[in-house]
Amino acid sequence: MSGDEKHEPSAHSTLDVLWVLYDQILNVSPDRVDDPARDRFVLSKGHGPMAYFAVLAAKGFIPVEVLDTFTDADSPLGTHPDRLLIPGVEVSSGSLGHGLPISVGIALGLRAQGLTTSRVVCLAGDAELDEGSNFEAMAAARAFGLGNLTVVVIDNDSDTLGWAGGISARFAVEGWATANVYGRDHARLSAALSVHHDGQPSVVVAHVEPPAEAVA
Amino acid sequence: MTARPFAPRLRVFPTEGRPDAQDRIEEVGKTRNLGARGEPPVLETMRDRFAAVTTELIDADDSVAVVLADISVDAFESVGRRHPDRVVNVGIREQLLVSVGGGLALTGMRPILHTYAPFLVERAFEQVKLDLGHQDVGAVLVSIGASYDRAQSGRTHQAPGDVALIGTLPNWTVHVPGHPDEADLLLRDAVAGSGRVYVRLSDRANAAAHLGRAGRAVTLRKGRRGTVVAVGPMLDPVLAATEDLDVAVVYAATVRPLDAHTVRAAVGAEPSVVLVEPYLTGTSSHAVTDALRDVPHRLLALGVRDAELHRYGTAADHDRAHGLDPAGLRRDIVRFLELAP
Repeated sequence: MSGDEKHEPSAHSTLDVLWVLYDQILNVSPDRVDDPARDRFVLSKGHGPMAYFAVLAAKGFIPVEVLDTFTDADSPLGTHPDRLLIPGVEVSSGSLGHGLPISVGIALGLRAQGLTTSRVVCLAGDAELDEGSNFEAMAAARAFGLGNLTVVVIDNDSDTLGWAGGISARFAVEGWATANVYGRDHARLSAALSVHHDGQPSVVVAHVEPPAEAVA
Repeated sequence: MTARPFAPRLRVFPTEGRPDAQDRIEEVGKTRNLGARGEPPVLETMRDRFAAVTTELIDADDSVAVVLADISVDAFESVGRRHPDRVVNVGIREQLLVSVGGGLALTGMRPILHTYAPFLVERAFEQVKLDLGHQDVGAVLVSIGASYDRAQSGRTHQAPGDVALIGTLPNWTVHVPGHPDEADLLLRDAVAGSGRVYVRLSDRANAAAHLGRAGRAVTLRKGRRGTVVAVGPMLDPVLAATEDLDVAVVYAATVRPLDAHTVRAAVGAEPSVVLVEPYLTGTSSHAVTDALRDVPHRLLALGVRDAELHRYGTAADHDRAHGLDPAGLRRDIVRFLELAP
């Protein structure tokens, strides 16, 4: 159920990060999808959502049988997730460069309502960062001191023109806390995602291609 | 050193398909320094009222927030000191402006998003479509600048197509107030709800407000030879243009949805209708024809024409160029309704 061949790598590159997030990091559960104090996970890179759906099924947000209906006319699951169809999906995505800017708004909204224990975790892709809207959000998140916002960038080296100096340097220059980890290493991902940065947004760049040796 | 002769690239104003356009442009040239059309001075603009009402709403309701993009920031300075988390200026970042509104709404807040119309609706259109509509969250978008309030600024600050663009999206309410008191009423109504609302403010205003229930059109004048539907700030020019004509005048400050009942009721034995809108010609034609689906009728739509003028000047100059001044309106209305001029 990868949807289409072009997006097959996307489906697999996110699986480890998604599992670590839902298994160890995010304060969410199927019986609390409307709890104002829950954490918010925003899948900005909406294409290749099969790993996401599998994790949602494994964690009880959707029945496992629903996975077999993928892309049917009456299925809640398509090649981009729709929040109106899937309980627990915070943001409908597909067009790139929307998740991070929306996440800035969610983080501001939580703060304005005094929901200080809730965090926002946004998953983006390295090629998705081509969209300039991300850079509007990056600068603002730092200026607003959004310590409740974390971005995970899945770096599978799919960006067409490349990021000179690496992706984390882009965030660092905007004043974000940065970490680079191997995107298949659950322990390191978990450790990096668990660090709290007071008043400062953070990014974890999860490198999945080329594997292991490039990063700690 | 010899000065190079001044030779603008645009030498001939496009006249294709509308034979009287060149006359109108010459008219603009002649009258450009005469100032605004003969309206009484409006001491308080809709924009002023927007700031005052929004300040009041933010003070009164913890769920209301305003998001700005470096426009009208001064007007929100004091309320921003009282509620720094609910008065957010994102800088000159209009995509973020709208996305932040979507995010705030996703946490249950009621965001008001504000900047110039072209930057709010056109530049950030995909954010309006996806980060609000597709997420099915609400927001109140409040624009200034309208079609050509800032004629002197040129095309970049003009948005005659904004209402047409919003009209491509499902489940939006669109208000086009014609007076600060109407803007006040419609803004409060919009913020009190939970839907997606576009409030199009303008420096152009009618002398009097016509306050009814939000969303309702009102028949201001009865007549037998046809019906003119005037939208927002077009009312006073329409009233001036039709002063001595035997035509009905319906006024609407809300065009999505259009009050079909009032329009239908106003159209009597002579089902000829002229729709006058302060933005792109024909933007609401389908709403009028829908209201009249049970009546064989004729419809003339007047509004901002689809040519880009490449002219500065005043908003009144542009009214004349588009035939939206009283004289131009009268000419077209009389011709269409076959009235003696």
